[in-house]
Amino acid sequence: MFDGIISLTIFLPVISAVIILFFLKNKKTIRYFANITTGIVFIFSLLIFLSYDTDLSGFQMIDYFERWIPFEYLRSSYIVGVDGLSAPLVLLTGILGFVSTLASTKVEKRVKEYHIWLLVLISSVFGVFVSLDLLLFFIFFEFELIPMYMLISIWGSGRPKYSAMKFVLFTLFGGALMLIGILSIYMSPDIGTLMMVSLPELGLVGIPELIQYSNLLIPASFVFFLFFIAFSIKLPSWPMHSWLPDAHTDAPTAVSVMLAGVLLKMAGYGLIRINIGFFQNTNGFTIYDVSLYISILAAVSVVYGGIITVRQTDMKRLIAFSSISHMGFVMLGVSAIGQSSMQSSIAGINGAALQMFTHGTITGLAFLMVGYTYERTHTRHIPHLGGLWHKIPIIAVFFFISGFASLGLPMLSGFVSEIMIFLSVYKIWPVATIISAFGVVLAAGYILWMIQRIFFGVKPPDEIFSDDIYEKIRDVKKLDLLPILLLTIPVILVGIWPSFLTDMINLGVEGVIR
Amino acid sequence: MNLNDLKLLSPEIFLSISGLFLLVLSLFKTDVVKIINLSIFSLIITILLVCNLWFGWLFEISTNAGLLDTFATDNFSLFFKLLILLASVITIYGSFHYLIAEKTKYYFGEFISLFFLSIVGMMLLVSSTELITIYVALELSALPIIVLLSIHRTKLGIESGIKFFILSAFSSALLLYGFIYLYGISGSTNLLVIKDSISSMNSLNSYGIIISIVLIISGLSFKMAIVPWQMWIPDVYQGAPTPVAAFLSVASKASAFAVIIRIFYTAFSNENLMVDWSLIFAILAAITMTIGNLFALNQNNIKRLLGYSTIAQAGYILIGLAAIPGSETLDFSGIQGSMYYLAGYLFTNISIFIVVTIIISKTKDETIQGLSGFIKVSTVYSVILVIGLLSLIGMPPTVGFMSKVIIFGFAINSGYPWLALIGVVNSVLAAFYYLRIIRFIVFEEPSNDKLSYVSKLQDSRTVFAGAICSILVLLLGIIPFLVLEMSKKAINFI
Repeated sequence: MFDGIISLTIFLPVISAVIILFFLKNKKTIRYFANITTGIVFIFSLLIFLSYDTDLSGFQMIDYFERWIPFEYLRSSYIVGVDGLSAPLVLLTGILGFVSTLASTKVEKRVKEYHIWLLVLISSVFGVFVSLDLLLFFIFFEFELIPMYMLISIWGSGRPKYSAMKFVLFTLFGGALMLIGILSIYMSPDIGTLMMVSLPELGLVGIPELIQYSNLLIPASFVFFLFFIAFSIKLPSWPMHSWLPDAHTDAPTAVSVMLAGVLLKMAGYGLIRINIGFFQNTNGFTIYDVSLYISILAAVSVVYGGIITVRQTDMKRLIAFSSISHMGFVMLGVSAIGQSSMQSSIAGINGAALQMFTHGTITGLAFLMVGYTYERTHTRHIPHLGGLWHKIPIIAVFFFISGFASLGLPMLSGFVSEIMIFLSVYKIWPVATIISAFGVVLAAGYILWMIQRIFFGVKPPDEIFSDDIYEKIRDVKKLDLLPILLLTIPVILVGIWPSFLTDMINLGVEGVIR
Repeated sequence: MNLNDLKLLSPEIFLSISGLFLLVLSLFKTDVVKIINLSIFSLIITILLVCNLWFGWLFEISTNAGLLDTFATDNFSLFFKLLILLASVITIYGSFHYLIAEKTKYYFGEFISLFFLSIVGMMLLVSSTELITIYVALELSALPIIVLLSIHRTKLGIESGIKFFILSAFSSALLLYGFIYLYGISGSTNLLVIKDSISSMNSLNSYGIIISIVLIISGLSFKMAIVPWQMWIPDVYQGAPTPVAAFLSVASKASAFAVIIRIFYTAFSNENLMVDWSLIFAILAAITMTIGNLFALNQNNIKRLLGYSTIAQAGYILIGLAAIPGSETLDFSGIQGSMYYLAGYLFTNISIFIVVTIIISKTKDETIQGLSGFIKVSTVYSVILVIGLLSLIGMPPTVGFMSKVIIFGFAINSGYPWLALIGVVNSVLAAFYYLRIIRFIVFEEPSNDKLSYVSKLQDSRTVFAGAICSILVLLLGIIPFLVLEMSKKAINFI
């Protein structure tokens, strides 16, 4: 079976990276070419999203090459497809990929390599969300490290080499544990397949069904934790979060947008697809046994992340730490999986999946605005800023929108996903939910305080914030509005009309939970 | 010796004759380029002769075993012969620049004939099925290397030659001692006869067998670079001429792995015995990779670092040997994993070594810092190096990734999940120091004195050899069955 559009979307950025590598020399041409590529990829991802038929549900647009590795000991196939869970994430990747190249106009250093790595990164992230074969999933999951390492190290600021190395080592460690998990599932008797899902129309039986009747080689609880640790490093969840602030702070703007926007979502996607999908009913272990602990971990993440965020004085670092808190909500939604009430479980995981999409757009927008502000002020140190409202009203407005969405103002998208998570998880783990709710209060605190200190008040004296720089500050150009609007439209749209996403996500979540 | 024996030995015979011929030729003809070309030509002919034995183009052979059953050219040995020959030919072709630029050009005849003799020794080694032949072939492969190591007569070179000589003599003694026990127990030196007599023994716990297993592992571990017989590696690599180090790290190691696989899967292939020695291999593998990686963390000399990295890689390869099948399904896939790993490791390591060879011969700077900003000096070499290093880390889509996946899979399958766990944790540890090299190559600014030799650095042969290796590293990672199918045919000797 071959539909083609997904494969095309995955490999188009890589192909154009190769074209840039061999044929293009001029900086301007490279920029145009990269922008056009990601624009086409964005349109493709929109097409994938729109052409997903919600009446049919299940996996659609499948590309299947059987036995990509035709080796009897490793039956791996090339198989990609989208369901309700992954289609919004594909759209998210398309949007943020386009935004990230559009936001790279200020990069002047080694332009050619920069765009090559960025395109390769976009390809590998796409691959993660659409792979239905575990080994393929793992390959894309690991491969994304190489472009990230290069992008942070070469084009970063601050201590880029340290941060990039930290990021790679943390993620590699998680990936290594996940590899053991994958192999031990695959090698177990009666499994012998790497399919992440069952596809009845192709006659493929996936791990979620087979794992129920199999005696795993190593205990299922252990395999669960191998995956769980890998994803909670990537999410990141307390106490494995320490790579994130460094990597974010030192990465260039476009890479921060990609990192916060889609790379973290790979972990949330993995938690739902693999940890929930595989381990609901295995031999001697189910995820229900540990969902209480997951909820506690999530609550700690949310509150700890929030408290740390309040103390930050660097704009970018502040947004980065707020990601820990907000991705904690994803984990809280995941912990809604429980035996007692099916409806709440589904609603909670729906909320988690929606939170991934909304956080992607909101944080992407926030990092973009921080990037624009920093380009103008040359400092990210919040106490050194002030009174910018008059100089850059457009940036300020969109900064406010991202901030308000992030703290959960109704009519903006953050509110929808958070309220979904809270309402459903409260029925299952009330204490953890109540504790996590303080995360929203903290968010209001740090966001509003940051906005107030940056944009309002009076300009600090000359020795702190130079008058020369202040005088030269200009607002965004018209062209810069394109990436801003690309991110703002979903934020507002999901806020006022959430069901265009939730209906689809619901189909995907119902497929994962049996 | 009958006609069939001659056919079986045709590659070895051809190679030793051409080695001696080149030695004589170099007395009359001083043009070193022609001799190098001739030597590459004769290596290619030898590869074709080996392929001929595999596919039977020119003539059919009546039986695999020859020379009174001391010698077998089964697919297993042919696979390893191909690996050894490919490693040699790429090394010589890729180090062309080094060989004509360094002092080697004054005694290239000696160099190449000793090189060939060592290759012949390794080819005999992977084919031999009898203890005495194994010993003789092992010595034949080791003795020329001693001379090759110190051929430049530098202080470090002579030191590394002497170190290699003493330790190799010592390990040969251990190996012989192990063989003596085996002979005493079974009354024969033929591996198949030994297998039968061990199977017919009543008590397998006889101390004799255990002592001989331990001694044989010790003796061969020297060649395989396995802890605790690994100490010589960094010193010898540092002192050796770089092409010889490359040859040593790949061909010599491959031949030692071949012979240990043959001994253990033939003579000691009794099921009860297997459980015992597989645990020994598993423990040795775990220690070897950990020690190799830990010591490499703090290395600044690139040759020493590569030395420690080969120790770590030997640990991964050893996992395949430890992964004996479970009792119900008796297929020997673990070795297949090892063979695939070795094949991938060959191209990866040689691509790195030939680039390092040319850099060091130009800059005389062996530190990692010497590679600073190398991407601006030479993009092609940097890309080759980075692909090789990524493959050593085990990043997709390189061959290093796929071989690690396969080998860890076998480890889990044969009941060693802890070994796979140690393996993956180690690969994270290894990522640290490999990434450090990549960091210097790609991110640092080049120092000024480096830019002066940039024009002299490009050598089309090195680029070609390195590019072929890099392409194969990627290709074997994306379509691994090319080698896996071959290795599957190759393990039919069991």
